[in-house]
Amino acid sequence: MSGLHALPRALAVPALLLIAAEAAMRLGGGTTSDALAPPSAVARALAIGLGDGSLLAASLATLAAAIGGLMLGGALGLLLGLLFGTVPALARLFSITVEAIRPVPAVALIPLALILFGFGYRLEISIVAFAAIWPMLVFTQSAVAGVEPRLIEVARALRLPLGARLWKIVIPFALPRIFVAFRLAAGVALIVAVTVEIAVNPLGLGYGMTMAQQTLRPAEMLAYLVWIGVVGWVLNVALLAVQRRAFGRFM
Amino acid sequence: MTAPIALRNVGLTLGGKRILDGIDLEIARGSFTCVVGPSGCGKTTLLRLVAGLVLPTEGEVQIGGTRVVAPRRDVAVVFQDYGRALLPWRTAAGNVSLALEAMGVAPRARPARIRDLLGRVGLAEHADKFPAQMSGGMQQRLQIARCLAQQPEVLLMDEPFGALDAMTRQGLQDEVLALVGDSGATVFFVTHDLEEAAYLGDVVIGLLPHPGRIARQVAVKLPRPRDQLATRELPEFLRLRRELFDFMRTAEA
Ligand SMILES: Nc1ncnc2c1ncn2[C@@H]1O[C@H](COP(=O)(O)OP(=O)(O)OP(=O)(O)O)[C@@H](O)[C@H]1O
Ligand SMILES: [Mg+2]
Repeated sequence: MSGLHALPRALAVPALLLIAAEAAMRLGGGTTSDALAPPSAVARALAIGLGDGSLLAASLATLAAAIGGLMLGGALGLLLGLLFGTVPALARLFSITVEAIRPVPAVALIPLALILFGFGYRLEISIVAFAAIWPMLVFTQSAVAGVEPRLIEVARALRLPLGARLWKIVIPFALPRIFVAFRLAAGVALIVAVTVEIAVNPLGLGYGMTMAQQTLRPAEMLAYLVWIGVVGWVLNVALLAVQRRAFGRFM
Repeated sequence: MTAPIALRNVGLTLGGKRILDGIDLEIARGSFTCVVGPSGCGKTTLLRLVAGLVLPTEGEVQIGGTRVVAPRRDVAVVFQDYGRALLPWRTAAGNVSLALEAMGVAPRARPARIRDLLGRVGLAEHADKFPAQMSGGMQQRLQIARCLAQQPEVLLMDEPFGALDAMTRQGLQDEVLALVGDSGATVFFVTHDLEEAAYLGDVVIGLLPHPGRIARQVAVKLPRPRDQLATRELPEFLRLRRELFDFMRTAEA
Protein backbone atom coordinates (compact mmCIF):
# COMPACT_ATOMS: atom_id res chain seq x y z
CA MET A 1 0.00 0.00 0.00
CA SER A 2 1.44 3.35 -0.99
CA GLY A 3 -0.80 5.50 1.19
CA LEU A 4 -3.73 7.76 0.50
CA HIS A 5 -2.00 9.79 -2.20
CA ALA A 6 -2.28 6.91 -4.60
CA LEU A 7 -5.98 6.47 -3.91
CA PRO A 8 -7.44 8.93 -6.48
CA ARG A 9 -5.29 7.53 -9.22
CA ALA A 10 -6.04 3.95 -8.16
CA LEU A 11 -9.76 4.79 -8.29
CA ALA A 12 -9.46 6.21 -11.78
CA VAL A 13 -9.31 2.82 -13.48
CA PRO A 14 -12.44 1.30 -11.92
CA ALA A 15 -14.29 4.60 -12.42
CA LEU A 16 -13.43 4.63 -16.11
CA LEU A 17 -14.45 1.00 -16.46
CA LEU A 18 -17.80 1.72 -14.84
CA ILE A 19 -18.41 4.68 -17.16
CA ALA A 20 -17.43 2.58 -20.15
CA ALA A 21 -19.80 -0.20 -19.06
CA GLU A 22 -22.65 2.26 -18.56
CA ALA A 23 -22.01 3.83 -21.95
CA ALA A 24 -21.75 0.50 -23.72
CA MET A 25 -25.03 -0.72 -22.22
CA ARG A 26 -26.91 2.45 -23.17
CA LEU A 27 -25.45 2.83 -26.64
CA GLY A 28 -25.76 -0.90 -27.25
CA GLY A 29 -29.42 -0.08 -27.92
CA GLY A 30 -32.12 -1.48 -25.72
CA THR A 31 -30.24 -4.49 -24.48
CA THR A 32 -32.48 -6.21 -21.98
CA SER A 33 -29.91 -8.85 -21.13
CA ASP A 34 -30.69 -11.61 -18.65
CA ALA A 35 -27.12 -11.52 -17.36
CA LEU A 36 -26.09 -7.91 -17.45
CA ALA A 37 -27.34 -4.55 -16.25
CA PRO A 38 -25.84 -1.08 -16.50
CA PRO A 39 -23.96 0.10 -13.40
CA SER A 40 -26.65 2.69 -12.67
CA ALA A 41 -29.31 -0.03 -12.45
CA VAL A 42 -27.03 -2.13 -10.23
CA ALA A 43 -26.53 0.87 -7.96
CA ARG A 44 -30.30 1.38 -7.77
CA ALA A 45 -30.85 -2.28 -6.90
CA LEU A 46 -28.13 -2.06 -4.26
CA ALA A 47 -29.78 1.00 -2.72
CA ILE A 48 -33.17 -0.71 -2.67
CA GLY A 49 -31.69 -3.89 -1.15
CA LEU A 50 -30.00 -1.88 1.54
CA GLY A 51 -33.09 0.24 2.11
CA ASP A 52 -35.55 -2.60 2.64
CA GLY A 53 -33.15 -4.53 4.84
CA SER A 54 -33.08 -7.62 2.63
CA LEU A 55 -29.34 -7.34 1.91
CA LEU A 56 -28.55 -6.83 5.56
CA ALA A 57 -30.65 -9.79 6.64
CA ALA A 58 -28.97 -11.98 4.04
CA SER A 59 -25.55 -10.70 5.12
CA LEU A 60 -26.29 -11.57 8.73
CA ALA A 61 -27.35 -15.08 7.75
CA THR A 62 -24.21 -15.64 5.68
CA LEU A 63 -21.94 -14.13 8.32
CA ALA A 64 -23.55 -16.19 11.07
CA ALA A 65 -22.85 -19.38 9.15
CA ALA A 66 -19.36 -18.26 8.11
CA ILE A 67 -18.39 -17.16 11.62
CA GLY A 68 -19.92 -20.25 13.22
CA GLY A 69 -17.97 -22.50 10.89
CA LEU A 70 -14.84 -20.42 11.28
CA MET A 71 -14.99 -20.68 15.06
CA LEU A 72 -15.65 -24.39 15.02
CA GLY A 73 -13.09 -25.32 12.35
CA GLY A 74 -10.64 -22.65 13.47
CA ALA A 75 -10.66 -23.89 17.05
CA LEU A 76 -10.18 -27.47 15.92
CA GLY A 77 -7.35 -26.48 13.58
CA LEU A 78 -5.74 -24.38 16.29
CA LEU A 79 -5.88 -27.20 18.80
CA LEU A 80 -4.50 -29.78 16.38
CA GLY A 81 -1.83 -27.33 15.21
CA LEU A 82 -0.71 -26.68 18.78
CA LEU A 83 -0.67 -30.39 19.49
CA PHE A 84 1.19 -31.38 16.32
CA GLY A 85 3.59 -28.44 16.64
CA THR A 86 4.60 -29.28 20.20
CA VAL A 87 4.64 -33.06 19.83
CA PRO A 88 6.37 -33.87 16.52
CA ALA A 89 5.82 -37.60 17.05
CA LEU A 90 2.07 -37.02 17.02
CA ALA A 91 2.39 -34.92 13.86
CA ARG A 92 4.22 -37.78 12.15
CA LEU A 93 1.62 -40.28 13.31
CA PHE A 94 -1.21 -38.25 11.78
CA SER A 95 0.61 -36.82 8.77
CA ILE A 96 -0.70 -39.32 6.21
CA THR A 97 -4.25 -39.01 7.50
CA VAL A 98 -4.09 -35.22 7.33
CA GLU A 99 -2.50 -35.21 3.90
CA ALA A 100 -5.22 -37.54 2.63
CA ILE A 101 -8.16 -35.54 3.98
CA ARG A 102 -6.86 -32.03 3.41
CA PRO A 103 -7.04 -31.98 -0.42
CA VAL A 104 -10.75 -32.91 -0.40
CA PRO A 105 -12.54 -29.77 -1.60
CA ALA A 106 -14.87 -28.62 1.17
CA VAL A 107 -17.78 -28.19 -1.24
CA ALA A 108 -17.44 -31.84 -2.28
CA LEU A 109 -18.81 -32.66 1.17
CA ILE A 110 -22.10 -30.87 0.44
CA PRO A 111 -24.02 -34.04 -0.54
CA LEU A 112 -22.81 -35.89 2.53
CA ALA A 113 -23.54 -32.97 4.85
CA LEU A 114 -26.97 -32.60 3.25
CA ILE A 115 -27.83 -36.18 4.19
CA LEU A 116 -26.54 -35.68 7.70
CA PHE A 117 -27.96 -32.25 8.49
CA GLY A 118 -30.54 -31.30 5.85
CA PHE A 119 -30.81 -27.71 4.65
CA GLY A 120 -29.94 -24.89 7.01
CA TYR A 121 -27.22 -23.53 9.22
CA ARG A 122 -25.81 -26.85 10.37
CA LEU A 123 -25.15 -27.90 6.80
CA GLU A 124 -23.34 -24.67 5.99
CA ILE A 125 -21.45 -24.43 9.27
CA SER A 126 -20.12 -27.96 8.93
CA ILE A 127 -18.79 -27.34 5.42
CA VAL A 128 -17.23 -24.01 6.41
CA ALA A 129 -15.69 -25.61 9.48
CA PHE A 130 -14.09 -28.32 7.37
CA ALA A 131 -12.57 -25.69 5.08
CA ALA A 132 -11.36 -23.50 7.98
CA ILE A 133 -9.52 -26.29 9.78
CA TRP A 134 -6.65 -26.56 7.33
CA PRO A 135 -5.19 -23.07 7.15
CA MET A 136 -5.35 -22.88 10.95
CA LEU A 137 -3.80 -26.30 11.43
CA VAL A 138 -0.99 -25.92 8.92
CA PHE A 139 0.01 -22.39 9.96
CA THR A 140 -0.31 -23.01 13.68
CA GLN A 141 1.70 -26.20 13.48
CA SER A 142 4.57 -24.58 11.60
CA ALA A 143 4.45 -21.46 13.80
CA VAL A 144 4.63 -23.55 16.96
CA ALA A 145 7.33 -25.83 15.59
CA GLY A 146 9.28 -22.70 14.63
CA VAL A 147 9.38 -21.18 18.09
CA GLU A 148 12.84 -19.73 18.75
CA PRO A 149 14.83 -22.64 20.25
CA ARG A 150 16.68 -20.21 22.50
CA LEU A 151 13.39 -19.26 24.17
CA ILE A 152 12.64 -22.93 24.74
CA GLU A 153 16.01 -23.14 26.48
CA VAL A 154 15.18 -20.07 28.55
CA ALA A 155 11.97 -21.82 29.57
CA ARG A 156 13.89 -24.99 30.42
CA ALA A 157 16.50 -23.07 32.41
CA LEU A 158 13.70 -21.41 34.38
CA ARG A 159 11.98 -24.78 34.78
CA LEU A 160 8.67 -23.45 33.52
CA PRO A 161 6.07 -26.22 33.71
CA LEU A 162 4.52 -27.35 30.40
CA GLY A 163 1.39 -25.23 30.77
CA ALA A 164 3.34 -22.06 31.48
CA ARG A 165 5.75 -22.87 28.68
CA LEU A 166 2.86 -23.08 26.21
CA TRP A 167 0.96 -20.12 27.57
CA LYS A 168 3.89 -17.76 28.20
CA ILE A 169 6.33 -18.69 25.44
CA VAL A 170 4.98 -20.85 22.64
CA ILE A 171 1.54 -19.33 22.06
CA PRO A 172 2.61 -15.66 22.27
CA PHE A 173 5.51 -16.41 19.94
CA ALA A 174 3.25 -18.11 17.42
CA LEU A 175 0.33 -15.71 17.84
CA PRO A 176 1.12 -13.25 15.03
CA ARG A 177 1.32 -16.10 12.54
CA ILE A 178 -1.72 -17.79 14.02
CA PHE A 179 -3.59 -14.55 13.46
CA VAL A 180 -2.49 -14.48 9.82
CA ALA A 181 -3.87 -18.00 9.56
CA PHE A 182 -7.11 -16.81 11.13
CA ARG A 183 -7.37 -14.06 8.52
CA LEU A 184 -6.86 -16.56 5.73
CA ALA A 185 -9.38 -18.92 7.30
CA ALA A 186 -11.89 -16.07 7.61
CA GLY A 187 -11.58 -15.36 3.89
CA VAL A 188 -12.01 -19.03 3.09
CA ALA A 189 -15.01 -19.22 5.43
CA LEU A 190 -16.83 -16.44 3.58
CA ILE A 191 -16.10 -17.96 0.18
CA VAL A 192 -17.24 -21.39 1.23
CA ALA A 193 -20.38 -20.09 2.97
CA VAL A 194 -21.48 -18.21 -0.14
CA THR A 195 -20.62 -21.20 -2.33
CA VAL A 196 -22.75 -23.54 -0.23
CA GLU A 197 -25.61 -21.03 -0.45
CA ILE A 198 -25.30 -20.79 -4.21
CA ALA A 199 -25.13 -24.55 -4.56
CA VAL A 200 -27.89 -25.76 -2.25
CA ASN A 201 -28.57 -23.90 0.95
CA PRO A 202 -31.62 -21.65 0.92
CA LEU A 203 -30.25 -18.78 3.00
CA GLY A 204 -27.93 -15.82 2.94
CA LEU A 205 -26.28 -13.79 0.22
CA GLY A 206 -25.48 -16.69 -2.09
CA TYR A 207 -29.09 -17.83 -2.11
CA GLY A 208 -30.34 -14.28 -2.65
CA MET A 209 -28.04 -13.91 -5.60
CA THR A 210 -29.13 -17.22 -7.13
CA MET A 211 -32.79 -16.29 -6.71
CA ALA A 212 -32.23 -12.96 -8.44
CA GLN A 213 -30.53 -14.74 -11.29
CA GLN A 214 -33.26 -17.36 -11.67
CA THR A 215 -36.03 -14.80 -11.63
CA LEU A 216 -34.24 -12.82 -14.33
CA ARG A 217 -33.31 -9.76 -12.29
CA PRO A 218 -29.70 -9.17 -13.38
CA ALA A 219 -29.39 -5.79 -11.65
CA GLU A 220 -30.32 -7.33 -8.32
CA MET A 221 -28.02 -10.28 -8.92
CA LEU A 222 -25.11 -7.96 -9.63
CA ALA A 223 -26.02 -5.84 -6.61
CA TYR A 224 -25.61 -8.98 -4.49
CA LEU A 225 -22.28 -9.65 -6.17
CA VAL A 226 -21.02 -6.13 -5.42
CA TRP A 227 -22.27 -6.39 -1.85
CA ILE A 228 -20.51 -9.74 -1.28
CA GLY A 229 -17.31 -8.06 -2.46
CA VAL A 230 -17.88 -5.23 0.01
CA VAL A 231 -18.48 -7.65 2.89
CA GLY A 232 -15.29 -9.58 2.08
CA TRP A 233 -13.30 -6.39 1.79
CA VAL A 234 -14.58 -4.97 5.09
CA LEU A 235 -13.85 -8.28 6.82
CA ASN A 236 -10.26 -8.28 5.60
CA VAL A 237 -9.64 -4.61 6.39
CA ALA A 238 -11.07 -5.03 9.88
CA LEU A 239 -8.91 -8.09 10.61
CA LEU A 240 -5.84 -6.32 9.22
CA ALA A 241 -6.50 -3.38 11.53
CA VAL A 242 -6.83 -5.71 14.51
CA GLN A 243 -3.59 -7.41 13.51
CA ARG A 244 -1.73 -4.14 13.26
CA ARG A 245 -3.06 -2.96 16.61
CA ALA A 246 -2.30 -6.20 18.39
CA PHE A 247 1.09 -7.05 16.96
CA GLY A 248 2.38 -3.80 15.48
CA ARG A 249 4.29 -2.73 18.56
CA PHE A 250 6.99 -5.35 18.61
CA MET A 251 6.87 -7.00 15.21
CA MET B 1 30.98 -26.27 52.22
CA THR B 2 31.29 -28.31 49.06
CA ALA B 3 32.51 -26.69 45.90
CA PRO B 4 29.46 -25.21 44.17
CA ILE B 5 30.54 -26.61 40.83
CA ALA B 6 32.38 -29.88 40.38
CA LEU B 7 32.87 -31.94 37.23
CA ARG B 8 34.17 -35.47 37.64
CA ASN B 9 35.62 -37.15 34.59
CA VAL B 10 32.88 -35.67 32.42
CA GLY B 11 32.67 -36.83 28.82
CA LEU B 12 30.12 -36.21 26.10
CA THR B 13 29.60 -38.10 22.86
CA LEU B 14 26.90 -36.85 20.50
CA GLY B 15 26.01 -38.71 17.33
CA GLY B 16 29.17 -40.77 17.52
CA LYS B 17 31.28 -37.64 17.87
CA ARG B 18 33.46 -37.12 20.92
CA ILE B 19 32.82 -33.55 21.97
CA LEU B 20 34.22 -33.37 25.49
CA ASP B 21 36.58 -35.77 27.17
CA GLY B 22 37.80 -36.34 30.72
CA ILE B 23 36.82 -32.99 32.18
CA ASP B 24 37.79 -32.72 35.84
CA LEU B 25 37.09 -29.39 37.42
CA GLU B 26 36.35 -27.85 40.80
CA ILE B 27 35.16 -24.30 41.03
CA ALA B 28 35.33 -22.49 44.35
CA ARG B 29 32.30 -20.74 45.82
CA GLY B 30 32.05 -17.12 44.83
CA SER B 31 34.88 -17.37 42.34
CA PHE B 32 34.94 -16.08 38.80
CA THR B 33 36.09 -18.68 36.28
CA CYS B 34 36.69 -17.81 32.64
CA VAL B 35 36.87 -20.38 29.86
CA VAL B 36 38.79 -19.74 26.66
CA GLY B 37 39.70 -21.90 23.70
CA PRO B 38 39.56 -22.01 19.93
CA SER B 39 36.20 -21.91 18.16
CA GLY B 40 34.37 -25.23 18.24
CA CYS B 41 36.45 -26.67 21.09
CA GLY B 42 33.39 -27.19 23.28
CA LYS B 43 33.13 -24.11 25.51
CA THR B 44 29.42 -23.68 24.99
CA THR B 45 28.84 -27.40 25.40
CA LEU B 46 30.72 -27.36 28.70
CA LEU B 47 28.55 -24.50 29.92
CA ARG B 48 25.39 -26.31 28.82
CA LEU B 49 26.51 -29.35 30.80
CA VAL B 50 26.90 -27.25 33.93
CA ALA B 51 23.49 -25.70 33.23
CA GLY B 52 21.89 -29.12 33.01
CA LEU B 53 20.65 -28.34 29.48
CA VAL B 54 22.72 -31.31 28.26
CA LEU B 55 23.57 -34.38 30.28
CA PRO B 56 27.03 -35.97 30.10
CA THR B 57 27.44 -39.43 28.63
CA GLU B 58 30.17 -40.18 31.19
CA GLY B 59 31.07 -38.84 34.58
CA GLU B 60 28.95 -36.38 36.48
CA VAL B 61 28.38 -32.70 37.05
CA GLN B 62 27.62 -31.60 40.59
CA ILE B 63 26.33 -28.34 41.91
CA GLY B 64 26.41 -27.77 45.65
CA GLY B 65 27.23 -31.45 46.10
CA THR B 66 24.22 -32.82 44.21
CA ARG B 67 24.28 -34.34 40.78
CA VAL B 68 22.88 -32.20 37.97
CA VAL B 69 20.16 -34.09 36.08
CA ALA B 70 18.15 -31.11 34.81
CA PRO B 71 18.34 -27.31 34.85
CA ARG B 72 18.00 -25.71 38.30
CA ARG B 73 16.51 -22.36 39.18
CA ASP B 74 19.51 -21.39 41.30
CA VAL B 75 21.68 -21.69 38.20
CA ALA B 76 21.08 -18.83 35.76
CA VAL B 77 22.23 -18.72 32.14
CA VAL B 78 23.06 -15.55 30.21
CA PHE B 79 23.09 -16.37 26.51
CA GLN B 80 25.18 -14.53 23.95
CA ASP B 81 22.27 -13.91 21.59
CA TYR B 82 20.24 -11.63 23.87
CA GLY B 83 18.07 -10.74 20.87
CA ARG B 84 16.72 -14.27 20.84
CA ALA B 85 16.74 -14.96 24.55
CA LEU B 86 14.29 -12.16 25.42
CA LEU B 87 10.53 -12.26 24.89
CA PRO B 88 9.89 -9.64 22.20
CA TRP B 89 6.24 -9.25 23.20
CA ARG B 90 7.05 -8.38 26.80
CA THR B 91 8.47 -5.10 28.06
CA ALA B 92 11.70 -4.97 30.06
CA ALA B 93 9.61 -5.28 33.23
CA GLY B 94 7.68 -8.18 31.71
CA ASN B 95 10.85 -10.01 30.79
CA VAL B 96 12.19 -9.76 34.33
CA SER B 97 8.78 -10.79 35.56
CA LEU B 98 9.05 -14.09 33.64
CA ALA B 99 11.79 -15.27 36.01
CA LEU B 100 9.84 -14.10 39.05
CA GLU B 101 6.77 -15.96 37.79
CA ALA B 102 8.89 -19.08 37.36
CA MET B 103 10.25 -18.61 40.88
CA GLY B 104 6.71 -18.46 42.22
CA VAL B 105 6.97 -14.87 43.48
CA ALA B 106 3.49 -13.59 44.34
CA PRO B 107 2.08 -11.08 41.82
CA ARG B 108 1.85 -8.37 44.47
CA ALA B 109 5.52 -8.72 45.33
CA ARG B 110 6.69 -8.55 41.73
CA PRO B 111 6.60 -4.81 40.86
CA ALA B 112 8.97 -3.84 43.66
CA ARG B 113 11.35 -6.68 42.83
CA ILE B 114 11.26 -5.74 39.15
CA ARG B 115 12.02 -2.10 39.95
CA ASP B 116 14.93 -3.14 42.12
CA LEU B 117 16.37 -5.56 39.54
CA LEU B 118 16.06 -3.12 36.65
CA GLY B 119 17.66 -0.46 38.83
CA ARG B 120 20.61 -2.71 39.54
CA VAL B 121 21.39 -3.05 35.83
CA GLY B 122 20.71 0.61 35.08
CA LEU B 123 17.42 0.10 33.28
CA ALA B 124 15.13 1.79 35.82
CA GLU B 125 14.04 4.34 33.23
CA HIS B 126 13.32 1.74 30.58
CA ALA B 127 10.90 -0.61 32.33
CA ASP B 128 8.18 -0.06 29.72
CA LYS B 129 10.35 -0.48 26.65
CA PHE B 130 10.17 -3.55 24.46
CA PRO B 131 13.46 -5.29 23.64
CA ALA B 132 13.22 -4.10 20.03
CA GLN B 133 13.32 -0.53 21.33
CA MET B 134 16.56 -1.13 23.26
CA SER B 135 20.21 -1.15 22.23
CA GLY B 136 22.24 -4.37 22.32
CA GLY B 137 23.91 -3.37 25.57
CA MET B 138 20.56 -2.61 27.18
CA GLN B 139 19.12 -5.91 26.00
CA GLN B 140 22.04 -7.80 27.51
CA ARG B 141 21.60 -5.88 30.76
CA LEU B 142 17.98 -6.90 30.71
CA GLN B 143 18.91 -10.55 30.30
CA ILE B 144 21.30 -10.21 33.22
CA ALA B 145 18.51 -8.65 35.31
CA ARG B 146 16.27 -11.61 34.48
CA CYS B 147 19.04 -13.96 35.63
CA LEU B 148 19.57 -12.00 38.84
CA ALA B 149 15.82 -12.40 39.49
CA GLN B 150 16.56 -16.10 39.97
CA GLN B 151 18.87 -15.14 42.86
CA PRO B 152 21.34 -17.60 41.42
CA GLU B 153 24.07 -19.40 43.31
CA VAL B 154 25.74 -19.96 39.97
CA LEU B 155 25.76 -17.59 37.01
CA LEU B 156 26.69 -19.09 33.64
CA MET B 157 27.57 -16.66 30.88
CA ASP B 158 28.29 -17.72 27.29
CA GLU B 159 30.19 -14.98 25.47
CA PRO B 160 27.69 -12.48 26.85
CA PHE B 161 29.46 -9.44 25.43
CA GLY B 162 30.71 -11.00 22.20
CA ALA B 163 28.28 -9.07 20.04
CA LEU B 164 28.80 -5.68 21.69
CA ASP B 165 31.15 -2.85 20.80
CA ALA B 166 34.32 -2.32 22.84
CA MET B 167 33.08 0.59 24.96
CA THR B 168 29.78 -1.06 25.85
CA ARG B 169 31.64 -4.27 26.59
CA GLN B 170 34.03 -2.66 29.06
CA GLY B 171 31.16 -0.92 30.81
CA LEU B 172 29.29 -4.20 31.16
CA GLN B 173 32.39 -6.03 32.38
CA ASP B 174 32.61 -3.66 35.32
CA GLU B 175 28.89 -3.85 35.96
CA VAL B 176 29.00 -7.64 36.05
CA LEU B 177 31.96 -7.59 38.43
CA ALA B 178 30.08 -5.24 40.75
CA LEU B 179 26.85 -7.25 40.55
CA VAL B 180 28.44 -10.61 41.29
CA GLY B 181 30.58 -9.01 43.97
CA ASP B 182 27.35 -7.94 45.69
CA SER B 183 25.48 -11.22 45.21
CA GLY B 184 28.37 -13.58 45.94
CA ALA B 185 27.39 -15.79 43.01
CA THR B 186 29.84 -18.22 41.49
CA VAL B 187 30.47 -17.27 37.88
CA PHE B 188 31.37 -19.47 34.92
CA PHE B 189 32.14 -17.19 32.00
CA VAL B 190 32.89 -18.31 28.45
CA THR B 191 34.67 -15.87 26.17
CA HIS B 192 36.94 -15.84 23.16
CA ASP B 193 38.41 -12.52 24.28
CA LEU B 194 41.60 -13.38 26.18
CA GLU B 195 41.99 -9.92 27.73
CA GLU B 196 38.41 -10.10 28.93
CA ALA B 197 39.14 -13.47 30.55
CA ALA B 198 42.22 -12.11 32.34
CA TYR B 199 40.46 -8.91 33.37
CA LEU B 200 37.40 -10.61 34.87
CA GLY B 201 38.60 -13.93 36.19
CA ASP B 202 40.11 -15.47 39.28
CA VAL B 203 40.92 -18.48 37.16
CA VAL B 204 41.19 -18.91 33.40
CA ILE B 205 40.68 -22.35 31.91
CA GLY B 206 42.06 -23.13 28.47
CA LEU B 207 40.36 -25.82 26.39
CA LEU B 208 41.87 -27.76 23.50
CA PRO B 209 39.70 -29.14 20.70
CA HIS B 210 39.00 -32.59 19.19
CA PRO B 211 37.88 -33.70 21.65
CA GLY B 212 37.35 -30.75 23.97
CA ARG B 213 39.50 -31.11 27.08
CA ILE B 214 41.05 -28.93 29.73
CA ALA B 215 44.65 -28.14 28.85
CA ARG B 216 45.46 -25.21 31.07
CA GLN B 217 44.27 -23.74 34.33
CA VAL B 218 45.75 -20.33 35.11
CA ALA B 219 45.30 -18.51 38.40
CA VAL B 220 44.82 -14.77 37.94
CA LYS B 221 46.66 -12.89 40.65
CA LEU B 222 45.38 -9.41 39.94
CA PRO B 223 44.09 -7.21 42.76
CA ARG B 224 40.40 -6.41 43.05
CA PRO B 225 38.58 -4.19 42.42
CA ARG B 226 39.81 -4.22 38.87
CA ASP B 227 40.09 -1.07 36.84
CA GLN B 228 39.83 -0.85 33.08
CA LEU B 229 42.97 1.30 32.78
CA ALA B 230 45.15 0.49 35.81
CA THR B 231 44.58 -3.29 35.82
CA ARG B 232 45.27 -3.61 32.13
CA GLU B 233 48.62 -1.84 32.58
CA LEU B 234 49.90 -4.09 35.38
CA PRO B 235 52.90 -6.28 34.45
CA GLU B 236 50.99 -9.31 35.75
CA PHE B 237 48.14 -8.54 33.36
CA LEU B 238 50.54 -8.26 30.44
CA ARG B 239 52.23 -11.51 31.44
CA LEU B 240 48.85 -13.29 31.66
CA ARG B 241 47.82 -11.89 28.35
CA ARG B 242 51.01 -13.22 26.82
CA GLU B 243 50.56 -16.62 28.40
CA LEU B 244 46.98 -16.91 27.09
CA PHE B 245 47.93 -15.73 23.61
CA ASP B 246 50.72 -18.30 23.47
CA PHE B 247 48.29 -20.97 24.60
CA MET B 248 45.78 -20.03 21.90
CA ARG B 249 48.47 -19.96 19.24
CA THR B 250 49.52 -23.51 20.02
CA ALA B 251 45.90 -24.61 20.45
CA GLU B 252 44.95 -23.35 17.02
CA ALA B 253 48.12 -24.62 15.34
N1 LIG C 1 23.96 -31.06 19.43
C1 LIG C 1 25.15 -31.34 18.87
N2 LIG C 1 25.31 -32.45 18.12
C2 LIG C 1 26.49 -32.73 17.54
N3 LIG C 1 27.57 -31.97 17.66
C3 LIG C 1 27.49 -30.85 18.39
C4 LIG C 1 26.28 -30.48 19.04
N4 LIG C 1 26.48 -29.30 19.68
C5 LIG C 1 27.76 -28.97 19.45
N5 LIG C 1 28.37 -29.89 18.68
C6 LIG C 1 29.78 -29.90 18.27
O1 LIG C 1 30.56 -29.82 19.43
C7 LIG C 1 31.72 -29.05 19.21
C8 LIG C 1 31.82 -27.98 20.25
O2 LIG C 1 30.79 -27.02 20.04
P1 LIG C 1 30.64 -25.76 20.99
O3 LIG C 1 29.51 -24.95 20.47
O4 LIG C 1 30.56 -26.20 22.39
O5 LIG C 1 32.01 -25.01 20.74
P2 LIG C 1 32.47 -23.57 21.25
O6 LIG C 1 33.80 -23.74 21.86
O7 LIG C 1 31.41 -22.94 22.07
O8 LIG C 1 32.63 -22.80 19.88
P3 LIG C 1 32.49 -21.22 19.61
O9 LIG C 1 33.72 -20.57 20.14
O10 LIG C 1 32.43 -21.13 18.12
O11 LIG C 1 31.24 -20.76 20.28
C9 LIG C 1 31.61 -28.52 17.80
O12 LIG C 1 32.43 -29.30 16.97
C10 LIG C 1 30.16 -28.69 17.45
O13 LIG C 1 30.02 -28.92 16.08
MG1 LIG D 1 30.19 -21.21 21.89
